[in-house]
Amino acid sequence: MSDILVLLDHTSTGALRTPVRELVTLARDLTDGGVHGVWAADGAEPSADALTELGELGVTHVHRLTSDADVRVPAVLAEGVVGLLDATGARTLLAVSSFENKELAAYLAVATGAGVVTDADALERVDGTLVVGKTVFAGTWTTRTAVRTPVAVVLVKANSVVVSPAPAAVAPQVGEHAFTASAGASRVRVVERTERPATGRPDLGSAHIVVTGGRGTEGDFTALEELADVLGGAVGATRVATDEGWIGHDAQIGQTGVTISPRLYIGAGVSGAVHHRGGMQASGTIVAINTDPDAPIFEIADFGVVGDLTTVVPQLTAELRRLKG
Amino acid sequence: MTRSIVVRVRWANRPRCTGASEGNVPDVKIVVCVKHVPDIQSDRQIADGRTVRDGGDGTLNELDENALESALSLVEAAGEGEVVVLTVGPDDAVDAVRKGLQMGADEAVHVVDEAIAGSDAIATARVLAAAITHVGGADLVVTGMAGLDGLTSLVPAAVAALLDVPALPLAAQLEVTGSTVRVTRHLDHASEVLEAQLPALVSVTDQANEPRYPNFKGIMAARKKPVTTLTLADLGLDATLVGAAGARTEVLEAAPRPAREDRVLVTDTGDAGVRLAAYLVENQLV
Ligand SMILES: Cc1cc2nc3c(=O)[nH]c(=O)nc-3n(C[C@H](O)[C@H](O)[C@@H](O)COP(=O)(O)OP(=O)(O)OC[C@H]3O[C@@H](n4cnc5c(N)ncnc54)[C@H](O)[C@@H]3O)c2cc1C
Ligand SMILES: Cc1cc2nc3c(=O)[nH]c(=O)nc-3n(C[C@H](O)[C@H](O)[C@H](O)COP(=O)(O)OP(=O)(O)OC[C@H]3O[C@@H](n4cnc5c(N)ncnc54)[C@H](O)[C@@H]3O)c2cc1C
Repeated sequence: MSDILVLLDHTSTGALRTPVRELVTLARDLTDGGVHGVWAADGAEPSADALTELGELGVTHVHRLTSDADVRVPAVLAEGVVGLLDATGARTLLAVSSFENKELAAYLAVATGAGVVTDADALERVDGTLVVGKTVFAGTWTTRTAVRTPVAVVLVKANSVVVSPAPAAVAPQVGEHAFTASAGASRVRVVERTERPATGRPDLGSAHIVVTGGRGTEGDFTALEELADVLGGAVGATRVATDEGWIGHDAQIGQTGVTISPRLYIGAGVSGAVHHRGGMQASGTIVAINTDPDAPIFEIADFGVVGDLTTVVPQLTAELRRLKG
Repeated sequence: MTRSIVVRVRWANRPRCTGASEGNVPDVKIVVCVKHVPDIQSDRQIADGRTVRDGGDGTLNELDENALESALSLVEAAGEGEVVVLTVGPDDAVDAVRKGLQMGADEAVHVVDEAIAGSDAIATARVLAAAITHVGGADLVVTGMAGLDGLTSLVPAAVAALLDVPALPLAAQLEVTGSTVRVTRHLDHASEVLEAQLPALVSVTDQANEPRYPNFKGIMAARKKPVTTLTLADLGLDATLVGAAGARTEVLEAAPRPAREDRVLVTDTGDAGVRLAAYLVENQLV
């Protein structure tokens, strides 16, 4: 038995995706019982490191969902998760707020009657009811939403909580939950899947620091990459920069790209268009470097520099290097 | 980067997801779901746990223009087929389907009922699915990737599940060959090519195409095109399943976030990079 399941998003080599650690930290506070993990056995098995980490975070069980059908297809995975909810008696599923998991959540909602909250940044139980915090309208409003149904699916944004280990580490019990998918769920075929190669930098969606470039870079991201590397951060971009092909589409921050809420956002040559702000306005501290004193990004910047990025950014990088010694 | 939509359509004669009667092969039909949302450039508000939707500055959700563009170009490439544009929302929402007609859709359906107010994503999907069934089903349902107000992206897959058709969300490229629909999509960590047979549902991203602007001819023609208004009763939907009554989630509180305090703006006179570094260190951000 378990109250709460956490979907363990992972890489093709069986390593945990960064935000999963936050989900487990949150889940522990919502239950007196154990936190159970759900591992979609999509070809990758949990690595030894992943299991150790999960144990340190307090995950007591890892359920490997296996099927004759392709568990990478959200409709298929949903059927496995429904079975697991039944088998474990869990009433809540937490997953990382990503487009794939939104798809999964929609199927779960239709199949189980679950209420779904996306892009959550806080969770608590109030008199037995799950209450979820989320920031909406491009980071300008905060809301608290109650889930009224017996089953709840909550998709949590990265950088919502500080990860902490469980009081006592455990050795997670790894089990298999094999299921047969319906013909309906298998109607979508994954013809091709190409995982993006690791960049050596943190994932954009969960990085604590993000350095972002826009049209003002005129296509040269070298200085921004150097800054990101000194800071141990990720590199992001506006849609103009990705459309121009200066950097991959996966670097696009905004309403139709990645939504981020890092501790520190640095935007250089970024005007701060509303579509872009929608994906970054919830960041902790916002720094903007722009030649135009009227650029809208200055309306939301904690520290704004009216200046040319080609001189300000290298100077910043050099000074940070010097201060770090 | 080029924004291209690959269109190679040869519609097969095949049954719709619902509604088609036997022996009577209907014209190809695409239903495009469009949402009416508060303008994202406006000062958006929440009152009593709901988005204020009567501020007068509502518009067609920009991302649904991409959905319309995909549907229209598929029909144009195929040389046959009709496009029905569908919205669920209050009285003003009719503007969203009107814009769809101006862009070139053939028919519009607007589901409006007081009982729908306060619907969550799944309740909205229920109404959309019922409306699609009511108009005789579709060979293809096309949606946007997200509503720019709710931004849940839950509706497309939920509609597909309720209609019992495969969903291929987030198409950056969309191709229909015969009765096979193929989608290329870019997720956070991977790119995928998905395939399914029609009838199906796809959602398209803003990468999929460059939406057309309605021209004068389109605007004039739209005036003569039919807009069907439907209520929950018309759809045979129980009012307790939708709206605030049927909502599985309930907004308890909403408040504007306080403005950022202690903001600093400096003009570079040669040392801004150094000053910025000092600020970051002082605030323990690095
Ligand atoms: C700030 C905010 C946060 C919310 N959070 C949640 C939540 O966490 N969980 C939840 O269940 N509900 C939530 N809702 C309610 C939910 O967003 C709406 O009920 C709903 O209509 C779905 O809207 P969406 O913008 O999220 O749709 P999405 O799923 O993002 O929309 C995708 C596509 O579906 C189509 N579509 C969506 N709505 C309609 C419509 N009314 N008519 C025609 N086509 C449509 C469009 O093609 C659109 O591009 C929230 C609403 C707001 C305003
Ligand atoms: C439906 C839709 C969805 C969209 N989704 C997104 C999205 O998800 N993400 C996104 O980013 N955009 C999105 N956009 C595009 C968005 O509206 C803006 O066009 C885009 O964000 C602007 O990018 P930018 O800031 O790089 O360019 P610009 O707006 O052109 O700004 C460039 C800035 O660089 C400054 N600059 C120039 N030279 C220098 C220099 N040497 N040093 C310092 N500053 C300099 C200029 O003063 C200017 O402010 C979307 C648009 C639509 C219609």
